[in-house]
Amino acid sequence: MTQNSNSKNPLHGLWALTNRELKKWYKNPYLFILSIIQPLIWMGLFGRAMNLSAIFTNNPQIPQQFAQQIMRQTFGTADYFSYMSVGILSFVVLFTTMFSGMSIVWDRRLGFLNKVLSTPVARGSILMSKVLSAVIRSLLQAAIVLGFAFVLGLTLGPDFTPLNLLGVFGALFLISLGLSSIFILIAIRSTRWETQMAVMNLLNLPLLFASNALFPTSLMPDWLQAVAKVNPITYATDATRQLILYPIDMTTLIFDFTYLSVFAVVFTVIGILLSWRYLSR
Amino acid sequence: MTGEALVVEGLTKVFNKNLVAVDHVNFTVKEGEIFGFLGPNGAGKTTTINMLITVLKPTGGNAIVCGFDISKQPSEVRNCIGVVPQEYTADEDLTGRENILLCADLYGIPGEDSKKRAQELLELVELTKFKDKQVTTYSGGMRRRLELACGLINRPHVFFLDEPTLGLDVQTRAATWNYIKLLKKEYGMTIFMTTHYLEEADMLCDRVAIIDHGKIVTVGTPDALKEGLGGDIMTLSIKDSDADISKIIEKVPRVKEVKKQDGAYRIKVEDGEETAPTIIDAIRTEGHKVTRLSLTKPTLDEVYLEYTGKSMREEEESKETLFRQRVTMRRARGGGGH
Repeated sequence: MTQNSNSKNPLHGLWALTNRELKKWYKNPYLFILSIIQPLIWMGLFGRAMNLSAIFTNNPQIPQQFAQQIMRQTFGTADYFSYMSVGILSFVVLFTTMFSGMSIVWDRRLGFLNKVLSTPVARGSILMSKVLSAVIRSLLQAAIVLGFAFVLGLTLGPDFTPLNLLGVFGALFLISLGLSSIFILIAIRSTRWETQMAVMNLLNLPLLFASNALFPTSLMPDWLQAVAKVNPITYATDATRQLILYPIDMTTLIFDFTYLSVFAVVFTVIGILLSWRYLSR
Repeated sequence: MTGEALVVEGLTKVFNKNLVAVDHVNFTVKEGEIFGFLGPNGAGKTTTINMLITVLKPTGGNAIVCGFDISKQPSEVRNCIGVVPQEYTADEDLTGRENILLCADLYGIPGEDSKKRAQELLELVELTKFKDKQVTTYSGGMRRRLELACGLINRPHVFFLDEPTLGLDVQTRAATWNYIKLLKKEYGMTIFMTTHYLEEADMLCDRVAIIDHGKIVTVGTPDALKEGLGGDIMTLSIKDSDADISKIIEKVPRVKEVKKQDGAYRIKVEDGEETAPTIIDAIRTEGHKVTRLSLTKPTLDEVYLEYTGKSMREEEESKETLFRQRVTMRRARGGGGH
């Protein structure tokens, strides 16, 4: 009776658990569509309604060339829509990963977590499945949003080649890995989804606005600049902007990626270590 | 491996440094036996089971499950046990079959093998017809059977069932009992179950343990426990309930014990039918009037009350536990959702 199936693969169960999370998303068309529509609305509102470019270019007292120059100096591109729609990619990642902590709270409340803990699946895999599903979801959503941005008139930079997309998704992968690890860490011992919601509401907009996702940090007050400088979203946005819109500056690009990698590795490792400790009490 | 499937020695769990949930518990479960774990809410049943299935770390003591140490060899323990928690843990958005395959993957059972086993288990719990339907559409009994199938996927040596029939209707409960009996008969599986329903324990279990306030108060076969009560139980009330007539009753021959509980007298007697009239006579001679009398042959309920008392428990269940129980009851009735 006990022909025990000791698996050779220490990662068994990781993909099954990840896929369980993903299925909840892609099997539910409403959820799927809504999660795509939200960033599109933002893109429409911020990029088109709050058309910052028009302040200068539609003003007959400012010569066109001069107007373009002001835009370039501030945003690095003459077109605010392009500037902002790349920033929205990090926004998509932030908002998607933020919810990843919720599912661990529900799993705990409904008893699923206890059941999984009684199986020989690695404790780290339980946490990593949540992280991975958030990463996959946010990358897919970002890809769709980027596609729409192209259609709506994103102007590509001089150094853009299709190969740059690899870098774009590399940067987004790192930021989503780090962010989802953080949000899951916050949730790992929690039994109340209310607390989790409050934490998310507290963090989401500050994290978004205290970065260069929608507006350049150079025009922000000093204290805010200091926050933006440690905010990983700033680096993800800068890297993706360089790869899509700007002429590439290798030194800053490498720094961006280094910062993002350290961020991702540190929080993933902390997540795995703490899941060993805290998943079982 | 012969003899003991489960050896528990001095197992203790203290929460937040002062709440003793399980207090130096000792017992053994023999190979191939159905062992019932009974006790009031908050007595430490679930905490004990959670330690045995390696979800909670013990504060002290130890337990050996199928020959492995729960603290030092948790992975080996997890490989040889199956667990059916009190809650309905199957994923509602997946189908029955997908749920079983998910469980198989958690045990690292290779693809081909797991498909074959899933098929077998679906047949065993008679869900083959519904295997490709989403769990949201399942009734309470079907969900319970699916949980059983998931717990059996790794062909466990020891099977843990936490309140396997909580909230089920009479028919479904009887059907669940049949599955449990089948597992013992066909596969010689060792089964450790907790329950609130004493007739369930009486019918299914080879031996039971009663736990209260974190301590084991008695262990034995249901029959031995019933015999251990030492006779029939007579409950009696008198008109003038303020007076204490315990002394009078105790003097009657063949009365073994008298307890005054909640205004009535609980009397242990031998040969209840013959002793009852003698007791009534004795009370009448002293000028009291018997208003009520009942005589019961010992059941497990009596054993349980003997050891845990009759008073209502003002137990402090955590919000989390209560929430889970509500969800379980709702799903048992076939309702879906969170």
